[in-house]
Amino acid sequence: MKLVKVYVTLKPSVLDAQGEAIKSAIQTMDYDKVSGVHMGKYFELNFEDYPDLEKDIDTICDNLLTNPNIETYRYEIMEAE
Amino acid sequence: MKFAVVNFPGSNCDMDLYYAIKDGIKEEVELVDYRKTSLAGFDGVLIPGGFSYGDYLRSGAIAVHAPIISEIVRFANEGKFVLGICNGFQILTELHLLPGALIQNEKSRFICETVTLQVMNNQTIFTNRYTENEKIRIPVAHGEGRYYCDEQTLEELKANDQIVFRYDENINGSVDQIAGVMNRQGNVLGMMPHPERALEDIVGSSDGLKLFQSIINQVRVNN
Repeated sequence: MKLVKVYVTLKPSVLDAQGEAIKSAIQTMDYDKVSGVHMGKYFELNFEDYPDLEKDIDTICDNLLTNPNIETYRYEIMEAE
Repeated sequence: MKFAVVNFPGSNCDMDLYYAIKDGIKEEVELVDYRKTSLAGFDGVLIPGGFSYGDYLRSGAIAVHAPIISEIVRFANEGKFVLGICNGFQILTELHLLPGALIQNEKSRFICETVTLQVMNNQTIFTNRYTENEKIRIPVAHGEGRYYCDEQTLEELKANDQIVFRYDENINGSVDQIAGVMNRQGNVLGMMPHPERALEDIVGSSDGLKLFQSIINQVRVNN
């Protein structure tokens, strides 16, 4: 069994309104050295191990987990415990 | 004419749209469940506002995988009219029937108020009863209504007159103050404001009525 961890974030060209709001909240906590906050989404998918696994992960990411117009993703594949 | 109003789990403007057709323009209308697989017998389809699938993942992202969707795509491809309002607009962009995407408002705040729009293109199925550059008052109610597209897409939208409505004042940070866009063929329109909530002066505005009258007008001319 494989565990796939997928991270989705907005493209740099898209204003991350939530990230900006969180950044200003952090700054009100007097952590003024924080210069950027980006909020994204995190998914864990469990798979059987098979040869075309990465191809399927890409398809699932492109067609459901992300909107390619505004978001990018990366993922890590590891052995499921 | 017979309109379909597609009802997803979490849609909440379906009855507003239903009555906009039934009482506003006095045409035939039916609610169609998202699990259905046919829109046979309908002339066009309306996708209502709300929070389909609780806005899980992204607004409109889960609805794109519902059984009725292949019929909506068929209607769009066959040139029948498809109108998505608010969450319906989000669904149409997730489906890539319309360019761009709707993301969280610039100021991360849910906006619920009546705003002024400008009709940028009155030569469409949906706007032929308006005058060019007419200013109309239509309610908005959204947290994720900021229209985004890249620069190249924006240039194409402008070049092909696909920008149908602009906000008079940029309430949510949308690119080029866009409130509504249509596809290149002109038969699919998505808009964040709610014309179905502006059919009678007693509720603050009747400026939405002409949008539905435009559809009837156009379809009758074509037939």
